[in-house]
Amino acid sequence: MWRFLLSRLLSAIPTMLAIITLAFMLLRAAPGGPFDAEKEIGAEVKAKIEHAYHLDEPLPKQYLRYLVQLAHGDLGPSFQYLDNSVNQYIAEGFPVDLKVGGFALLLACLVGIPLGARAAWRRNGLVDRVAAAVSLVGVSIPVYVAAPLMILVFAVTLQWFPAGDWGGGAWRYLVLPVVSLALPYIAYVTRIMRASFIDVLEQPYIRTARAKGLGTRDILFRHALRPALMPLAAFLGPAIVGAITGSIVVETTFGLPGIGRSFVEGAFNRDYTMVMGVTILYGALIIIANLVADVMQALLDPRVRLH
Amino acid sequence: MPAETDLLLQLRNLALTRADGLQVLQAINLDVQRGEIVAVVGESGSGKSQLLLSLLGLAMPGSKTGGSARFLDQELIGMGESQLRRLRGDRISMLFQDPMSALNPYLPLRIQLIEVLQAHRQIGSAQAQARALEALRTVHMPDPEQVLRQYPHELSGGMRQRAMLAMAILSEPDLLLADEPTTALDVTTQAVVLDLLLELRERLGMSILLVTHDLGVVARTADRAVILKDGQVVEQGSALQLLTAPSSAYGAQLLQAVRQLERPPAELDS
Amino acid sequence: MNHTLPRISVWMLAALLLAALLVPWISPYDYFTPAWDQTNLSPALAGGHLLGTDQLGRDLLVRLMWSTRISLLVALAASLISLSIGVSWGVTAGYLGGRTDALMMRLVDVLYSVPFTPFVIVLTVVFGRNLWLLFVAIGAVSWLDIARIVRGQTRSLRHREFVVAADIAGVSPSRIMLRHIVPNLMGIVIVYLTLTIPTVILTEAFLSYLGLGAQAPLTSLGVMLADGAAQMRARPLMLIMPATVLILLVYCCNRIGDRLRDRYAG
Repeated sequence: MWRFLLSRLLSAIPTMLAIITLAFMLLRAAPGGPFDAEKEIGAEVKAKIEHAYHLDEPLPKQYLRYLVQLAHGDLGPSFQYLDNSVNQYIAEGFPVDLKVGGFALLLACLVGIPLGARAAWRRNGLVDRVAAAVSLVGVSIPVYVAAPLMILVFAVTLQWFPAGDWGGGAWRYLVLPVVSLALPYIAYVTRIMRASFIDVLEQPYIRTARAKGLGTRDILFRHALRPALMPLAAFLGPAIVGAITGSIVVETTFGLPGIGRSFVEGAFNRDYTMVMGVTILYGALIIIANLVADVMQALLDPRVRLH
Repeated sequence: MPAETDLLLQLRNLALTRADGLQVLQAINLDVQRGEIVAVVGESGSGKSQLLLSLLGLAMPGSKTGGSARFLDQELIGMGESQLRRLRGDRISMLFQDPMSALNPYLPLRIQLIEVLQAHRQIGSAQAQARALEALRTVHMPDPEQVLRQYPHELSGGMRQRAMLAMAILSEPDLLLADEPTTALDVTTQAVVLDLLLELRERLGMSILLVTHDLGVVARTADRAVILKDGQVVEQGSALQLLTAPSSAYGAQLLQAVRQLERPPAELDS
Repeated sequence: MNHTLPRISVWMLAALLLAALLVPWISPYDYFTPAWDQTNLSPALAGGHLLGTDQLGRDLLVRLMWSTRISLLVALAASLISLSIGVSWGVTAGYLGGRTDALMMRLVDVLYSVPFTPFVIVLTVVFGRNLWLLFVAIGAVSWLDIARIVRGQTRSLRHREFVVAADIAGVSPSRIMLRHIVPNLMGIVIVYLTLTIPTVILTEAFLSYLGLGAQAPLTSLGVMLADGAAQMRARPLMLIMPATVLILLVYCCNRIGDRLRDRYAG
């Protein structure tokens, strides 16, 4: 197990290096620099600032300097908020993302797994039709449409939940962002679970379970759930990636203090270090997400060995 | 002939129609006495397996059963799902053809064994486990304590079928439905499993309704046999009679085919 | 499997395209000139503003149809670029085979592990001032799926009689690829075009919603969504209208693409 984790993390190094290099080169190829906008500062001051951040050095040197810095776990200073480092922004913003994204995926599983299971158990029944409608709506409405609509309905019209603030992370402020982010995942999880449950329920060992006189609950949750969860575990990698994407939109719409907003502002203001830092973080997250998916599959299926 | 009160299962005019209207079984009449082994013989596609499944209400989805199947004093055809569930695995249990796919690969055998008991009676898991160990010993499973902890893929084919058998006799059923129980096994294991069926009949006094396409299995185990062709009974009688002097043309044909196959290496053992 | 085209989706898409084409042409209004005496009008049949006007007095119907145009054109451009790169890459790798193939597909694998969305945001930093360049760049990084599929198809076509015959006759590899293999891939290419377009439409809307895509005065469905989200407390219709058009557009394209895939790609 530990050897597997170690070897997978080591094999992720070239990927990370590719991401870092690609992002670095692209950003440096961009016309204009982070301090172009400040017209009131003179050319001399600008040169001084650029010198302080080594922006006047040749590119290969800057690249190496950045890699060395990264190896020490330092993502550098933010170019738009000169007093803060990118590390600080991530340390403050990332927990918000983890909370919103984690709860959204959790909600998607809590709704999608039972819904998909019931839909598969009674195909073409009432639950199945509800599930089909839910997944059709969920996958065809992108988060940036769902999120404002949720505010319109539940915050403005019905006034059930607040929106447009973080409230220090109180649960009432979490409801709308989490639900908007979860909607497409509820749809995906329901679809995946329905299809995999239908497949599993046709397996001979389910017939055995029925011939043993087991009840519906035992058949569904003891015998069918584990095998049916396998495709969901494989979906976990892409799901985490998608939750990241969605969280950028959700943060902007609901005014949450996550890193997605810093990322977008950084892109807007040519804050190289911020954009680089967040891109690297997301890249690492995706590698870890895929690793978690593999481990989950091995935990679910006794025949899968990690190596 | 056993007395009338020893009648365990009585099929009268049993019929099964598939969702698309195809008649899988027609007008099946068949009796199984207590302690008797009855073989249903026929080639694949003759509806034998569906016969067993329809008794438990597990025939393919959308199909309809008709006629009557009396088990002791209960009518199985048209019985409600919850009542059927109480019989399944408890009074009537089933042994499947391929133990590899019939066992759940995701669960250790301990769970797959003890859940049979827990589904039907109030029993603690320690007590259920003791019963499971006992059942594994009854089927001569080597190292049963170890097997309880293992998953199906960690066992050999013969051990898997023994585990299935242990699962089927755990609740000491009155009737065991065995669907081609030896087809997926190698020759030596086949013999072991068949001997085990005979032994279990003696020890537990249960009846076995056995489906097979293999006349060798019939010769080795069955008291009586029924020949099924295209979902209909073409002949029934004592196993000996069927194997020596079949009265129907189809029965003679089956026997002829087997003799031609088996004569050179060895005669049928009686 | 049903191989006929989904009729309702085809008609709805056709109607949308026709409206996007005709409305800006017929209407006396344009999408960018403010009219300070006509701000925030409600939808009305009289007065010429069928769907009303926005906070700057611009006709919403015209803006909506212009946005549809822009979103579609941007998506078409990006899709065509991604398809041309993907097809060339896949055909070359699949036809040449061996080491070249292994190397080219290895690169595809590496690029697959690059996170798409953060990467697109990096691209907005580089091409932020120009929507067209931005989507050319997005097309240039999203050709991986099509490359894989085309490579697989090419490998199976490579040993067919007409290709072998051309090879024996001494036709050059590049000519075989162009004349014999690519025409046989057209079915798949069309399927992937119809499936890539809605994906790019969604990417554009995502970026423009965040303010990283189309910049004012240019409009697009994402820009109108962001506008609508800002105005929704007073004018919920301004959010609902672009949302409806976007969802319809994406849904119809996906339906048609799925059905075409069943027909061509099996």
